[in-house]
Amino acid sequence: MDKRTVIELNHVEFSFNKAPVLMDVNVKILEGDFVAIIGPNGGGKTTLVKLILGLLKPTRGHVFLLGERPEKTSFRTGYMPQYATGEKGFPITVLEVVLLGRLGLTKKGPFFSNADIKKAKEVLGLVGMDGLFKKKVGDLSGGQLQRVLLARALVSDPEILFLDEPMASIDVGGQERLFDLLGRLNERMTIVFVTHDVGLLSKYVKSVICVNQRVYFHNAPEITKDMSRLLMAESCPMELVAHGFPHRVLGKH
Amino acid sequence: MEILNLPFMQHAIIAGILSSIACGIMGSLVVVNRSVFLAGGIAHAAYGGVGLAFFLALPPLPCIIGFSTFMAFLIGALTLRKRQRLDAMIGVLWALGMAIGIILTDLTPGYNVDLMSFLFGSILTVPRSDLIVMFLVDAFVIVTVIYFYKEFLAISHDFEFSKVRGVKVAPLHLLFLVLVALCVVITIRVVGLILIMALFSIAPYISERYSCSLFDMMIKSIILNLFFVFLGLYLSYRFDLTSGATIILVASIFFFLVFGFEACLSFFKGSRFYGGLSDG
Repeated sequence: MDKRTVIELNHVEFSFNKAPVLMDVNVKILEGDFVAIIGPNGGGKTTLVKLILGLLKPTRGHVFLLGERPEKTSFRTGYMPQYATGEKGFPITVLEVVLLGRLGLTKKGPFFSNADIKKAKEVLGLVGMDGLFKKKVGDLSGGQLQRVLLARALVSDPEILFLDEPMASIDVGGQERLFDLLGRLNERMTIVFVTHDVGLLSKYVKSVICVNQRVYFHNAPEITKDMSRLLMAESCPMELVAHGFPHRVLGKH
Repeated sequence: MEILNLPFMQHAIIAGILSSIACGIMGSLVVVNRSVFLAGGIAHAAYGGVGLAFFLALPPLPCIIGFSTFMAFLIGALTLRKRQRLDAMIGVLWALGMAIGIILTDLTPGYNVDLMSFLFGSILTVPRSDLIVMFLVDAFVIVTVIYFYKEFLAISHDFEFSKVRGVKVAPLHLLFLVLVALCVVITIRVVGLILIMALFSIAPYISERYSCSLFDMMIKSIILNLFFVFLGLYLSYRFDLTSGATIILVASIFFFLVFGFEACLSFFKGSRFYGGLSDG
């Protein structure tokens, strides 16, 4: 029952232009977890993910991803950002975007291997984008684009899957299907996803990280009920904690 | 068509082909990276290398290569570190490079460089030795871009994601800027700074809208550049006009025709966006 630690943050602090964004973050995530990162907008959720992936350097403290510095190991994870930074008009097809997720695993030189292409088509099928391989990415709808970005994150068979606001432009039915898919994927990979909507925590979620400058980690399976109650109370769980009211969901860690 | 038998015309045609290829490829990368201003900075700062070469009485080409590669590294270091006010920093280097070039030529005794010939070039007076260097650098640019095609595509499309995938983004970014500098170096004496910017931006910008991949965009940009250069050359010969400026005029007129045509088409289709056109 001794599971490997896949993510570890020790006394991590991050400031942007001297304004603190995250303070004294201590988190340990074990293999096979399904973590929801919640918190208000601007609370530092995306910053936390970028610190774990090595895209940002902590002002203080240490981050370990799969036991090493993130720069060395980030290619073993899959990352689905909130937006692709490439602009709408970029001349690139759906299949090409997904193939770029194979970088770090594929061979040198200008071409992707047939195995890469086969794998890319396979994951595109998995996210329901069959038959759209040749479509230009700029012509996709918001929901389709997100599925392509998910496929790009999955195509490397990652050990950890990071998703930043994966539900943003998906309707309710789609969200349920996505959670079912993530639930199945969770059998073979750790999943970490960011959401500002506490109502989106599903039965698959195993633990919760609440971020609002400070970070609270809670490892509990019965989180769904508690979180929905907090949502109905329309108060951010963080505020409860920050103001010194202890709450069962976000008990001391 | 007996003009094609004249050696200077043959040289001009080869120079035109080589510039079109280099600028079609690197221009596409520059445009998808939204770095036209950055490329402009390197191109104009390269003028400092011209001045340096004359001042020190050194062979110009190695001197320009050295100077503009240095500028490329400087701009590269700035782009990777401080993203704020980057455009202003590029503006400073742009102006500084040109000023150094002009001051140094002022200080060079007995030699009066014609600034216009560097701004607009003189494609009709390309010596054979320049063609050989152009050919070699063209080959280098083509081979490098093909070899790193996947990585260049990745950092252009999604910089952060590429970083997560373990792509060495910083060295590749510097390589990209050095390739831009090389393009500039080779074409500066032949077609001039202003024409480089035209070949870098106009054709790729049009091609981008009708391409479904970066490679496709590069090929279409090369073809368009060739069309602009040869039609421009012919017209400049026919009406006795400055060749560089005529080529740019041809490219710009084509540019506005395309957008006028698209605007009409979308007006009649009743669609609000041009985007749908790029589908086919």
